[in-house]
Amino acid sequence: MKISKSIYLFFLPGLFLYSIFFLYPTVSALFYSFTDWDGLSDAYQFVGIGNYERALTGDSVFRKTVGNNLKFMLMVVIFQTLTALAFAMIVLKNTKTNLFLRALYFFPTILSSVSVAFIWSFIYDPSLGILNQILELLGLHFLQQNWLGNSDIAIYSLAITQIWFHAGQMLIIFVAGLQAIPEDLYEVAKIEGASKWQTFRKVTWPLLAPSATIVIAYTTIQSFKAFDLVFAMTGGGPNNSTEIIATYIFDVAFRSYNFGYASSISVLFMVIIAFITFLQFKALRSDRISY
Amino acid sequence: MLFRKFSLAVYALLILIPLLMVALTSVKTLQETFRDPLGLPEDGFQWSNYSAIFEEQTMAGYFMNSTIVTLFSVFLTLFFASMIAFGISRLNNWMGNIMFGLFTLGMMVPAQVNMVPLYSLMLDLNLTNSLLGLILVNIAVTLPIAVFILTGFMKTLPKELFEASTIDGAGNWQIYTKLALPLSLPSLSATAIFLFVMHWNDLLYPLLFITDNAYKTLPLALLEFQGEYSTNYPMLFTGVIIASAPMVIAYVFLQRFFVAGMTAGALKG
Repeated sequence: MKISKSIYLFFLPGLFLYSIFFLYPTVSALFYSFTDWDGLSDAYQFVGIGNYERALTGDSVFRKTVGNNLKFMLMVVIFQTLTALAFAMIVLKNTKTNLFLRALYFFPTILSSVSVAFIWSFIYDPSLGILNQILELLGLHFLQQNWLGNSDIAIYSLAITQIWFHAGQMLIIFVAGLQAIPEDLYEVAKIEGASKWQTFRKVTWPLLAPSATIVIAYTTIQSFKAFDLVFAMTGGGPNNSTEIIATYIFDVAFRSYNFGYASSISVLFMVIIAFITFLQFKALRSDRISY
Repeated sequence: MLFRKFSLAVYALLILIPLLMVALTSVKTLQETFRDPLGLPEDGFQWSNYSAIFEEQTMAGYFMNSTIVTLFSVFLTLFFASMIAFGISRLNNWMGNIMFGLFTLGMMVPAQVNMVPLYSLMLDLNLTNSLLGLILVNIAVTLPIAVFILTGFMKTLPKELFEASTIDGAGNWQIYTKLALPLSLPSLSATAIFLFVMHWNDLLYPLLFITDNAYKTLPLALLEFQGEYSTNYPMLFTGVIIASAPMVIAYVFLQRFFVAGMTAGALKG
């Protein structure tokens, strides 16, 4: 059937804005990454791959930042996914209590990162905070910490906040994935005398793999984008111990006015994300079965 | 069984206690908070923080800015994205595929990647310290996810319906407004909620483009309270409650839609 040419007009408004405010800046990030532009003056010079060389070999802060980001990502991906999956399996049936609990667990997702940052800054506060007070009550005062001020643990404190923030959202995705598994497969497994673990390994997990792929990919990208949380809770400190790539780009660009260098880190940032996402899809696809 | 119930209760408390703490702290005085950070308000609820924050800050203005930016961003993103989704599913050929690919590519790129050039672009276009600027950028960044969700849905609509209307002489615009939009209502509402939460809570773009108090949105204003009130948590939490109130109220009433909307983007993959 012939479709009227007017259909092309439907793309125009969106494509126009998308090109100007998204595609153009993304492409020019690539362009500026080869310059020494400071973001203010009109003049800049091409420095070839100088910015990339500096990021990959000369910049110890950048290397630390990538390490922090990986620590944060691994902790969030592993613990958030396991928490979400374990709890999804408990609140799977649509009973009244379970619907209420799912709604409650999901709740933090609708808050703004700044609000979550304030809540957890209070929880972690060394003198006022609920966490140290609870440890005191339990007689565990030797575990008390300056949770955000100690550079050895601050990044993990942030990861816990991130998990509190988003585990409920992942839980809901798992619930949807688990509910889509046909009931009769479990019955067959039961008749054949499969143990709980065998049923999980041979029935649940392969059929859950598509949801797991989505949850893990989504969590990974979210953990790289945890800009707001870090920015509002620690600002990257102490001693850059919580600086992640996103906040580092912000600092280099808007505090040191080094737009060219910040752009090259942006490009590397994109490459890292693309690479990790690709690996995950590859790893998880091998476990995938369709029914 | 007991262990399961225990775990469920612990997780529930981990969510509830911090929320309760925010609410209670917002009705305590600073002295009370320092003396007994976790205790109940002893002298009854103090509403003074709420009146103080409205006196000291242009809260109404921030609230208004957030409302304007969110409403326009959500509405226009949905409008443009649904047109694109309609175009892609109508074309249903390589052109449609290219368009789909071009837009969904944007989902992979974190906002921090292009914030540097975007900032200088906004300066050049005189769109910093402007609500319009925020709205335009918001639309551009959320189009990808909206196009992705809506296209997924519109492709499942029966083709015969559109073709029959074409024979009856309906133009593309008529088919879009009279058929495609009403039929896509479930998907549109889910996307709308997703966008509402995202735009209402966005910090990055106001942080980059807004320095003038007259144009600040709630998340940015809230962030800056930190500089002003430092560890005055009663004031900070009063701000948190005011800034979150619309979302929380909407969530209580539209829970099911929220859950569907906030996971739609992830699930359709």
